[in-house]
Amino acid sequence: MQRILVALGLMATLVLGLACERRGGGAASDTGPIKIGVYADLTGQTSSFGQSTKNGIQMAADEINKAGGINGRQIQLVVEDDQGLPAQAATVVTKLINQDKVHAVLGEVASSNSLAAAPKAQEAKIPMITPSSTNPKVTQVGDYIFRVCFIDPFQGEVMAKFAINTLKAKTAAVLTDVNSDYSRGLDQFFTEKFTKMGGRIVERQSYTQTDQDFSGQLTAIRSANPDVIYVPGYYGQVGVIAKQAKQLGIKAPLLGGDGWDAPQLFQLGGDALNGSYFSNHYSYEDPRPEVKTFVDAYRARYNVIPDAIAALAYDAMKVLADSIRRAGSTDGQKLRDAIAQTTNYPGVTGTISINAERNAVKPATVFELQSGKYVFKENIYPEGMTPPSTTASPTSSNANTAATNANSGNASTANTNAASTANTANTANR
Amino acid sequence: MDTFVQQLINGLTIGFIYALIALGYTMVYGILRLINFAHGDIYMVGAFSGYFLAYQLGLASEPSLLGLGAVLIGAMIMAAIVGMTIERFAYRPLRKYARMTTLIAAIGVSLFIEYLFVARFGNAPRSFPQLLKLPGWLPQALQPDQNGNYRLFGRATISIVQMLIIFVSILLMLILQWIIYRTKLGTAMRAVSFNLNSAKLMGINTDMIIAFTFALGSSLAAAGGVLTAQYNPTIYPLMGIITGLKAFVAAVLGGIGNIPGAVLGGLLIGMAETFVVGYGQNIGIPSTYRDAVAFSILILVLLFRPAGLLGSTVQEKV
Repeated sequence: MQRILVALGLMATLVLGLACERRGGGAASDTGPIKIGVYADLTGQTSSFGQSTKNGIQMAADEINKAGGINGRQIQLVVEDDQGLPAQAATVVTKLINQDKVHAVLGEVASSNSLAAAPKAQEAKIPMITPSSTNPKVTQVGDYIFRVCFIDPFQGEVMAKFAINTLKAKTAAVLTDVNSDYSRGLDQFFTEKFTKMGGRIVERQSYTQTDQDFSGQLTAIRSANPDVIYVPGYYGQVGVIAKQAKQLGIKAPLLGGDGWDAPQLFQLGGDALNGSYFSNHYSYEDPRPEVKTFVDAYRARYNVIPDAIAALAYDAMKVLADSIRRAGSTDGQKLRDAIAQTTNYPGVTGTISINAERNAVKPATVFELQSGKYVFKENIYPEGMTPPSTTASPTSSNANTAATNANSGNASTANTNAASTANTANTANR
Repeated sequence: MDTFVQQLINGLTIGFIYALIALGYTMVYGILRLINFAHGDIYMVGAFSGYFLAYQLGLASEPSLLGLGAVLIGAMIMAAIVGMTIERFAYRPLRKYARMTTLIAAIGVSLFIEYLFVARFGNAPRSFPQLLKLPGWLPQALQPDQNGNYRLFGRATISIVQMLIIFVSILLMLILQWIIYRTKLGTAMRAVSFNLNSAKLMGINTDMIIAFTFALGSSLAAAGGVLTAQYNPTIYPLMGIITGLKAFVAAVLGGIGNIPGAVLGGLLIGMAETFVVGYGQNIGIPSTYRDAVAFSILILVLLFRPAGLLGSTVQEKV
């Protein structure tokens, strides 16, 4: 027994000694490859998100390296799988920072995972950019945490405005994923805006990701007879919910957020999803040159149409690279300041400016689902942002998409409607 | 009223699934006094077997009643083989040691199966193909509407999948009842359950009977897996954890070791869950509490009837 203890003690000293030694070696050296840690759900319940994130980041990094790297230094990615588990996300980010000595961290998609990992990056003063976690709490963790996507208060409001202004809904039911920070956040902001605009929430139900059956919740919702049903969950459950809702003869459209955005949604939900709406970060049919170049390159490389998660991941990598270039260093402090100063970066998912809360200010796009396709409905703009009709390119091309799509739908009324919604949104915020 | 009937049907449907799985727990317990924690994962293995069979046989693209039957039986056979293999290599060598040893081995087997599947297939949910389709020659009156529903009255409907689950479950339970009470194997099972050593002395091949019990239980769980997948088409390697746990609770609730008890327990848990979701809000219990309520019922029942609802208060043999 004593021998074992002695051996253990020796081992502990060794490990500690090594760790200290490695810590001493300049982590923030300004030569050699730039190490960037990526953590994503590659095998878990939301692995579609993780794979898209990895693909987007990988493509951006390869493009940068091919063009000669950043200030002559190549990017080296270190990718870790967190299996979609918050505890695991915290562990792998600790590993990326302490063991791999990365200069910056990119990830996650699910807000619960980003929230678990962000404190580790903050403590070590390593800048972290989340491509697509929309819960506001994520960047509130500290001044080293950034994001290149919009946040849930905005996304929830977008759907509330869309439901009331465009769908003319008066009542809504909400069905939330109770264990997800993302889902509960969206629920809260949708409910606030919807009731403020004169709507009424008539039924409130919840589920967990391990649930096998949603018909109990849906039957209760059916008897409340809402005009719309807000389901701010992830694609894995939403597909099934849509199917069971249809089986129960529910006709009210389902509304959701960017958690729906995955090819698997249609495999699970099929035609039951027709006529549902969700808010997202970008449209792959957007004719802006940044989008077109990205979509073409992504399709050539991975043979699928990039979802918003992939586009945001690509943007996150590009914004990070741009910041490193401007900082002229990979020193944590300098790099943090450079990311915070990002303004009007022309990203795939729109023009990215980081605000004082370290969030990106961008419009959201609402889509309708029709037989396995996303049909563009309208763009809804955040507070204080000028709608595209009054500005020149690149945003004006967004309006073109709106116009063409609306025309293919129900004539020009839809078009003016979309424009007026954007305008009211804008004026209301001032 | 129609909402009440609808929730009743919803509850019955998942109740029967829990009952099918609970039967496996209760039979194995009845014979070996072992809680087979890997049983929930057998349910998952059944669903995955059905998934691969459906694609291998090309039934995913052209659903038919016959194809569904083939997938169901195929999955049951595969799961039976897996169940017997687990018994042969993980439990039988440990049978001579303390019961706790086998119990820990069961937890190990459970984790092994789960993460073997995660490693092999990933944990992302897969979409199980819809296999149920009534033959076209049936008269129009017997065909469901375009959503696969039959209207009962008002807004209350029963979907064809729900009917399938209820019908197949009852059929399988009747077959099980026949095997246990009307065949020689069943008589031997009852004898082993009564006293393993005496049964052995009477010339019963107990190893064979135990293997057969595992095969029976596993095939019922697999049927549950395939039927659930028709109802909720997402399958993933960890799907058996919570469902298995609830089925285990159902078995204990009804009185573990007691076959009608397992069915009763399953139906009760299924109904309790659905009614908490449907009506809990009226009395201040949000739908999030559905599992908490189901498990509270278990605690209450055990406080007043420690042997479960239908369990007999036989002294535990030591």
